[in-house]
Amino acid sequence: MTTTRRHALLLGAALSVSLFATACGSSGGTGSGTAAATQSASADDLQAALDAGGSITVWAWEPTLKQVVADFQTKYPKVKVNLVNAGTGNDQYTALQNAVKAGSGLPDVAQIEYYALPQFALGKAVTDLTAFGADKLDGTFTPGPWNSVHSGGGIYGLPMDSGPMALFYNKDVFDKHKIEVPKTWEEYIAAAKKLHEADPKAYITNDVGDAGFTTSMIWQAGGKPYKVDGTKVGIDFGDAGTQKFTAAWQQLVSGKLVAPVASWSDAWYKGLGDGTIATLVIGAWMPANLETGVKAGAGKWRVAPMPQWESGGKATSENGGSSLAIPEGAADKKLAYAFLKYANVDEGVQARVDGGAFPATTAQLNAPEFTDKKFPYFGDQQVNQVLAESAGQVVSGWSYLPYQVYANSVFNDTVGKAYISGTTLQDGLKAWQDASVKYGQEQGFTMQ
Amino acid sequence: MVATPRAGAPSGRRAASPGRRSWTGWRFVGPFMAVFALVFLAPIAYSIYLSLFRTQLIGGTTFVGADNYVKALGDPQFWSAFGRVALFLVVQVPIMLFLALLVALAIDSGRLYGASFFRISVFLPYAVPAVVAALMWGFMYGTRFGLIGNLNDALGVSLPDPLSSDLILASIGNIVTWEFVGYNMLILYSALRVVNPSLYEAAEMDGAGQLRIVWAIKLPALRGALLIATIFSIIGSFQLFNEPAILRDLAPNAITTYFTPNYYAYSLSFRGQQFNYSATVAIVMGVITMVIAYVVQLRGMRKGA
Repeated sequence: MTTTRRHALLLGAALSVSLFATACGSSGGTGSGTAAATQSASADDLQAALDAGGSITVWAWEPTLKQVVADFQTKYPKVKVNLVNAGTGNDQYTALQNAVKAGSGLPDVAQIEYYALPQFALGKAVTDLTAFGADKLDGTFTPGPWNSVHSGGGIYGLPMDSGPMALFYNKDVFDKHKIEVPKTWEEYIAAAKKLHEADPKAYITNDVGDAGFTTSMIWQAGGKPYKVDGTKVGIDFGDAGTQKFTAAWQQLVSGKLVAPVASWSDAWYKGLGDGTIATLVIGAWMPANLETGVKAGAGKWRVAPMPQWESGGKATSENGGSSLAIPEGAADKKLAYAFLKYANVDEGVQARVDGGAFPATTAQLNAPEFTDKKFPYFGDQQVNQVLAESAGQVVSGWSYLPYQVYANSVFNDTVGKAYISGTTLQDGLKAWQDASVKYGQEQGFTMQ
Repeated sequence: MVATPRAGAPSGRRAASPGRRSWTGWRFVGPFMAVFALVFLAPIAYSIYLSLFRTQLIGGTTFVGADNYVKALGDPQFWSAFGRVALFLVVQVPIMLFLALLVALAIDSGRLYGASFFRISVFLPYAVPAVVAALMWGFMYGTRFGLIGNLNDALGVSLPDPLSSDLILASIGNIVTWEFVGYNMLILYSALRVVNPSLYEAAEMDGAGQLRIVWAIKLPALRGALLIATIFSIIGSFQLFNEPAILRDLAPNAITTYFTPNYYAYSLSFRGQQFNYSATVAIVMGVITMVIAYVVQLRGMRKGA
């Protein structure tokens, strides 16, 4: 059963890769005849840039990059890397878009999540890395993230991490109230009720309306609300997968069983530490964030497979995950790409994995020292085994909008109403759909 | 006497050569005009220029004439934002100015113990940057971790959530009132200080009590200052931005991306990259603000005459 599913997934992945290859082929430039010459030339160029030295600015919020920057500067003492946290997610994109518009104050490297990359690529705000040799990296990364950095025949970033989802839970809380770790969403809802009844201050999780979480949940449930074909875009939140999600999650929202705390807020970190937020269904990049942000939770947290829609099912989805990209106006692109390659392909990957990051590179994901690593924070659990398994079970065929950054920014205007009034999630999603369609039309997309 | 020939001389010269103009005056105002044009006129001109185009992700930039203006005038999100700040204006501004008036009169009465300490402490919130003030109040408003949360825990009560969608506008009004009562008090208080004290003495001799003095002397003397404070407050209300922008992190569902006209313009350009439409919204809102402020000023001056 499992093996056939895996085979199907692999087949799907292979198919989509070959489709991309065809797309690349039609635009020319990836012919294998010229490959060797270009590659060596560009590798020399990169080495020359590193030897010459200089200074680059990196905008990123990923905590493990700090070590990478330190190592990189030790290895290439002439290069100075300024690592700037310009905000997480949308805040940073706002700053980046402003800088692109102004044409000044641009970083040389920026962290961009997979869902946001198509928008930057479409607006020609980030550089096509094909010319730097990124097209030779086929097979270096797992298919999901590698597909995510392709857009219209170009490669606009190098995958930094990936976010197959899993259930992170506070074992102390579960033990204290004698609650079983839920395997299905039905059990999850039951656990939410049981926990909140036992301790009115404790919630199964937090949720005030999070676009990334909601789309990932719909993804796992088999929904495919976005259909994107170049500039032709279709949006439909009425499909069966979406309804499966809303029917279940509505019970948690209506029953006030989710903590009204925004993710990444101070209250959120506090709740994760003191046991009032008992679980997170979130991407595999979370361990590093827990270790650095929630010191009080050390030893209490564990990781389990994502709850399923059908008992015994094996479906997961991606949540977040980022690439590093080079803004179009960056001053020193060669040096920037050299850093990208170091951080996401070469030595930097191992440094980040050691820091708790979840890589997108196949070499690290399959390495025994990665899968067998014990995490003291998680009570010596071999966390990566759960996460790597999830990586292989991601439902294929999902796509984001080419203007997902905007769509996500109005999520709380529309779906957010379901969290503070009598509006249902399904109605909220319909309103979100309408707002997204309207924006798409205004931006010149062909809406279907 | 000495001045007469001097004053006569230039006019005589001017009469002698009517074709020549003196540029001396322009040299004096020149630096000001240059800076004024650069930081004041140029941005407005650029915004108007922007508002005549439309930039699409697919299709690029096209000239659309007044299309953006037509769209703005029929945009329900824009008008809901406008309605919200208008409501804010008619409720918050009178409360704030009334409080400022009370404080100014109290300090001016001379019967207050420690008047200068009182004056500086009322004024102090104005010295706190608006962003810091909003953050500070945001923490106090928190029902889970802030002052409200602590009160709920300590007293075993369940106070209404100031960050809920029903109360958020009132909560913002509270922050703005806290910030600006002192500022308006200072405008009113300085107007009271220039009243000739002999008027008060004369009134007392005529047997007028304090309330009568306030009513007959102080309030009429304050009319001009109140008008100024009102116009500033109208402009401030229509430009409401910092408080909702900061509190949005705490109340993402209660504060929409079109909560106030300024926040709407901000969201349009920086979240949706709709710079042209954003410029249009800003210009429309600027014109509305100017018209309303002008009408208030005209009415105020007519009453004063």
